[in-house]
Amino acid sequence: MKEVSNNPLCSFLLVVNSEENVVTVRPADTLLYALRIHLGLTGSKPGCLNGDCGACTVLVDGTPMKSCLMLAVEGEEKAITTIEGLKNTPIQKAFVKHFAFQCGYCTPGFIMNCHALVHTEKDADETVIKDWLESNICRCTGYKEIREAVISVLHKLKKNE
Amino acid sequence: MIPFNFQYSKPQTIQEAVRQFYEYNRENKKAFYFSGGTELITLGRLNLVYADAVIDLKGIHEYSSIFFYENYLVIGGGATLTAIEEANVFPLLGKTASEIADRTSRNKITIGGNICGQIFYREAILPLLISDCLLGISEAGGIVYQPIHKIFNKQIHLKEGEFIFSILIDKMYVTMPFVSIKRRKQWDVGYPLVTVAAIKKENLIRMAVSGVCPFPFRSLEMEKALNEKGLPVEERVETALRSMPGPVLSDVEGSAEYRLFVLKNTMIDAIGELEGERGV
Ligand SMILES: Cc1cc2nc3c(=O)[nH]c(=O)nc-3n(C[C@H](O)[C@H](O)[C@H](O)COP(=O)(O)OP(=O)(O)OC[C@H]3O[C@@H](n4cnc5c(N)ncnc54)[C@H](O)[C@@H]3O)c2cc1C
Ligand code: FES
Ligand code: FES
Repeated sequence: MKEVSNNPLCSFLLVVNSEENVVTVRPADTLLYALRIHLGLTGSKPGCLNGDCGACTVLVDGTPMKSCLMLAVEGEEKAITTIEGLKNTPIQKAFVKHFAFQCGYCTPGFIMNCHALVHTEKDADETVIKDWLESNICRCTGYKEIREAVISVLHKLKKNE
Repeated sequence: MIPFNFQYSKPQTIQEAVRQFYEYNRENKKAFYFSGGTELITLGRLNLVYADAVIDLKGIHEYSSIFFYENYLVIGGGATLTAIEEANVFPLLGKTASEIADRTSRNKITIGGNICGQIFYREAILPLLISDCLLGISEAGGIVYQPIHKIFNKQIHLKEGEFIFSILIDKMYVTMPFVSIKRRKQWDVGYPLVTVAAIKKENLIRMAVSGVCPFPFRSLEMEKALNEKGLPVEERVETALRSMPGPVLSDVEGSAEYRLFVLKNTMIDAIGELEGERGV
């Protein structure tokens, strides 16, 4: 159990992209803040900071989470993956191939969500895809291309089974 | 950024959590039971919620579990809305929960937080109100089970230091015919203009509503009118609407008149689905 103390800062181990980091943060700091300011992982983007836009999405034990809706201390004993932890994954390649971004600000969040989607919902139909993708907002409105990128990866993964 | 500091703890037992709460209280510190924590984080950022100490309930064994026990479906207060939807054990609750917020946020929002939250829609409570559930309330002496109707009046009323550990739903409700309809001003994600959840029990309709008044409700008076089977559906609904339990919201989402118009049509649709074409 984390010790109850009057110290406004707390230190704990945060495992991000398979690397162990001891971070010292305020218990009130969000995971997004800790990732960007303490660990210099600026791929997760601040948008609304209110759970609405999805730009800050990371994976926590494989599940998409909005890192602005999570305290950094809640990340202890969990495996966190940020966009910096994904390299040459099928969804990243599909985003490039299908022109699934324009300004790119929403892209890290979308990619994290879509990466989890294609790996957890291999048989995802239109309803499931829509349900997942509604968690992220793209101000450049590239939704059609993003959807096509997801579908192309789902097809590819199915073919390789 | 949350503009205040707080202490954080993650107790592993109910007793420890409650003890910590009282300890903070004695020190004149404001303690906050933290479940999904999204309300503390989002409203805290805007200075609309404050805490000196945060007690994260998610470390407590079985707080996030979903299982059947004897005659009940037991849902832990810490079960996330996604977990409830995916468990698919109470389709009415699963469907209602699946319309709250968006998928990623539902991975974090818990049922305990939704039904006890400040944000007044509290849509996940609708299925609980019409299934007469029991709430397992944690207090210093252990868990006490209370019918939801004893504790819920516009909002959940708990004594200081108490929290909802579990929700018990009689198994008979999980398979009853149901309907859950959420109507928004626009788009497919967001707060409701009107949300209606209803079941048919022994040929009688039970219905609960969110989004219309500044609190979710189930009204027995309205249900009485809705179940006047001899009358045309529209007349039943119009009579029911005369017994609204509070002022109708009028805001940027919709005027009071528009909300009532949408509610009326949603109720007619819900009855249509539950009673079928012939209205039985
Ligand atoms: C992006 C987003 C979209 C949303 N959309 C919707 C929507 O469409 N419909 C809707 O109804 N709501 C919606 N909400 C509101 C959300 O459901 C509530 O804010 C809810 O409180 C969050 O649950 P939580 O588990 O994160 O709560 P927390 O922040 O952990 O807690 C909220 C409150 O409940 C108390 N509490 C928590 N658990 C318990 C417990 N077990 N016993 C007693 N008290 C407890 C806390 O002390 C606190 O006061 C949305 C929220 C977000 C962030
Ligand atoms: S920054 Fe987290 S959801 Fe917008
Ligand atoms: S590509 Fe610009 S916000 Fe999505």
